[in-house]
Amino acid sequence: MAKEFELNEVEVWDGNYAASQALRQAQVDVVAAYPITPSTPIVEGYGSYVANGYIDGEFVMVESEHGAMSGCVGAAAAGGRVATATSSQGFALMVEVLYQASGMRLPIVLTVVNRALASPLNVRGDHSDMYLGRDSGWIQIDAFDSQEAYDLPLCAFRIGEHLDVRLPVMVHQDGFTTSHKAQNVYPLKDDVAYKFVGDYVPVDEMLDFTRPVTHGAQTEEDWHFEHKAKQHKALMDAPKVIDEVFAEFKKLTGREYKRVETYMMEDAEVALVLLGSSVETAVLAAKQLREEEGIKVGIVSPRCFRPFPYDLIREALDVPTLKAVCCMDKSAPGGAMGALFNEVSAAAYSTNARPMITNYIYGLGGRDFAVDEAKRIMKEQKAHADAGHITTNIQQFSGLRGPKLGFYETRRS
Amino acid sequence: MAITSIKNLKEFSTNNDRLEGAHLLCPGCAHSMIVRELMNCTDDNLVISSNTGCLEVSTAVYPYTSWDTSWIHIGFENAATAVTGAEAMYKARKRKGTLKDPDAPVKFVAFGGDGSTYDIGFQWLSGAMERGHDFTYICLDNENYANTGGQRSSATPIGATTSTAQAGTHSYGKKEKKKDIVAIMAAHGAPYVAQLAPNKWKSMAKGFQKALETEGPCFINTVSACTTEWRFDPKDTIHVTDLATDSLMFPIYEIIDGHELNILYRPKNVIPVEDYLAAQGRYRHLFKPENKHVIEEIQKNIDAYWEMLQRREEARI
Repeated sequence: MAKEFELNEVEVWDGNYAASQALRQAQVDVVAAYPITPSTPIVEGYGSYVANGYIDGEFVMVESEHGAMSGCVGAAAAGGRVATATSSQGFALMVEVLYQASGMRLPIVLTVVNRALASPLNVRGDHSDMYLGRDSGWIQIDAFDSQEAYDLPLCAFRIGEHLDVRLPVMVHQDGFTTSHKAQNVYPLKDDVAYKFVGDYVPVDEMLDFTRPVTHGAQTEEDWHFEHKAKQHKALMDAPKVIDEVFAEFKKLTGREYKRVETYMMEDAEVALVLLGSSVETAVLAAKQLREEEGIKVGIVSPRCFRPFPYDLIREALDVPTLKAVCCMDKSAPGGAMGALFNEVSAAAYSTNARPMITNYIYGLGGRDFAVDEAKRIMKEQKAHADAGHITTNIQQFSGLRGPKLGFYETRRS
Repeated sequence: MAITSIKNLKEFSTNNDRLEGAHLLCPGCAHSMIVRELMNCTDDNLVISSNTGCLEVSTAVYPYTSWDTSWIHIGFENAATAVTGAEAMYKARKRKGTLKDPDAPVKFVAFGGDGSTYDIGFQWLSGAMERGHDFTYICLDNENYANTGGQRSSATPIGATTSTAQAGTHSYGKKEKKKDIVAIMAAHGAPYVAQLAPNKWKSMAKGFQKALETEGPCFINTVSACTTEWRFDPKDTIHVTDLATDSLMFPIYEIIDGHELNILYRPKNVIPVEDYLAAQGRYRHLFKPENKHVIEEIQKNIDAYWEMLQRREEARI
């Protein structure tokens, strides 16, 4: 039996430590992991809990991230709770197995500490790895600070392991800005947290010898399509469970999570849509601009990145006063508009307000995103709103040195 | 471990049949013989993983499965990691008391072809061996990527023609030596490593039993004659395998704890490798006068390796 870990009512934890404590409280059975900056402390944390009797699980230090997720899949198929952590190149190396884990409907929890993808090699935070996983069939939930990096993995086990869902879940946090920033965190007591997460319920486990199961069969054109459609449906049905789990978590802790977080959108004339630790910066900038210049700025943040909350984004942007929206992507767009721009635009197209939408690429490789820069972008949106048309290129780069870059010209009728 | 009788082949072959006959392997393929020997040599429960390859694509095509046991396939390279992940979960759940039947005896086994063992899954295999999990990895070595139509692998011997190391007017086929996977696995310090062949079914079954009984990571390379890519008549699988073991192209031996080497089969009459090569289409071009030197080289390599094995056995180090 694992020892109880004594916790204060308020702890000062960084995002990594917060996530590792959540894994401990969920009493994860197997962590198969390979270390990578900046997520290493999460698995180191699990290792120290094993070494000191705070957890009864098995810690398997494999030889690569591909091996880490492979070990997680094998362990999960053997009928227990499984989690790991990774970032960036490690995430990229895992990608093959991410698709296999979701296709095999194994509710693994992966805590991803977002980091840029090489080349050039970079250890700082951006959302390139998070975006790389967006078609992998996992639920993706985004934590914006340390408290959320603790809360959301606890919710993730509940969501992924729910018998109506049975899908793997990623909980993201931003490299360094969240993972290495110590903040006040209000943890649950061990027994309360475990009670919330609950015992793992094995499904089609390989260790029940009375009922042999085949995991990872092959399907060709006769069945593959049906399997993938069913998997998509499971993802699309997951919001019901996500909302239920968030509601129950609110009841327990008073902390409220929504699949789309909105700030000051009720009367907004311009809005920023963005993810992660930048949300806090943007909300602060919006509040200041409202006070200083009377510009009515709102913020929209998809907390649940997958399944993409199309309906809630549409609802959030269906504000009669809303004229201009800027979608901010923290990932190199690779010859296209940013992913957030594309998805948010699709949702906004069917609103009555149908605001103008532009795209900023920002924060790549850990480039700072500060309040002043957020304000500048908000004022630019206000200029679009006043002019009645987009006054810049549709896609621009924020915080970039050298000549200003702009792509995709606007058409003025 | 519940060991089953291996005195009588007829009896043995009908014991505890957990690979159903309805599978899609080629007629004459040795894979199913080897897999069934493994499953028939124990009454323990099995958790089996397979890498992508001939065995996997032929035994688990939805909505069917040939596996009357727990079985998992993830990808081409990671069967060793999949089954050792399951082994870790077994240990955790046993400790926590969450297993349905905690006393049920269980063995963890991974199967891979030479493509996934020698090449693409090499790192995953090495990692799993180093971590010391209690499992047995069995390589079904047919010396080429048979599942994708016969490309070279690092298990393909010198002189064999494959679609990516072709014999032609300017080539005698593969020019590089076969990777010595048994030595590499023994060098991991594995408690039991062996090379076995299905024609010597008793020694194979005993070797499998030894591996399953031994705690820790065990590795067995098995010779799996490939009727389509080695090019011989499907009825001749065992005959060709006899030629392989009697020519010492595939010596049968074990290495215990990384150093104690025992030769498990000494042919009464060692046949020239020419006889083995002549039985297969993949070596036909070697019998042209300009390629005779390759046959000589193969024979030389075999003699040297056999000499080395005997000396190591004698030295007991």
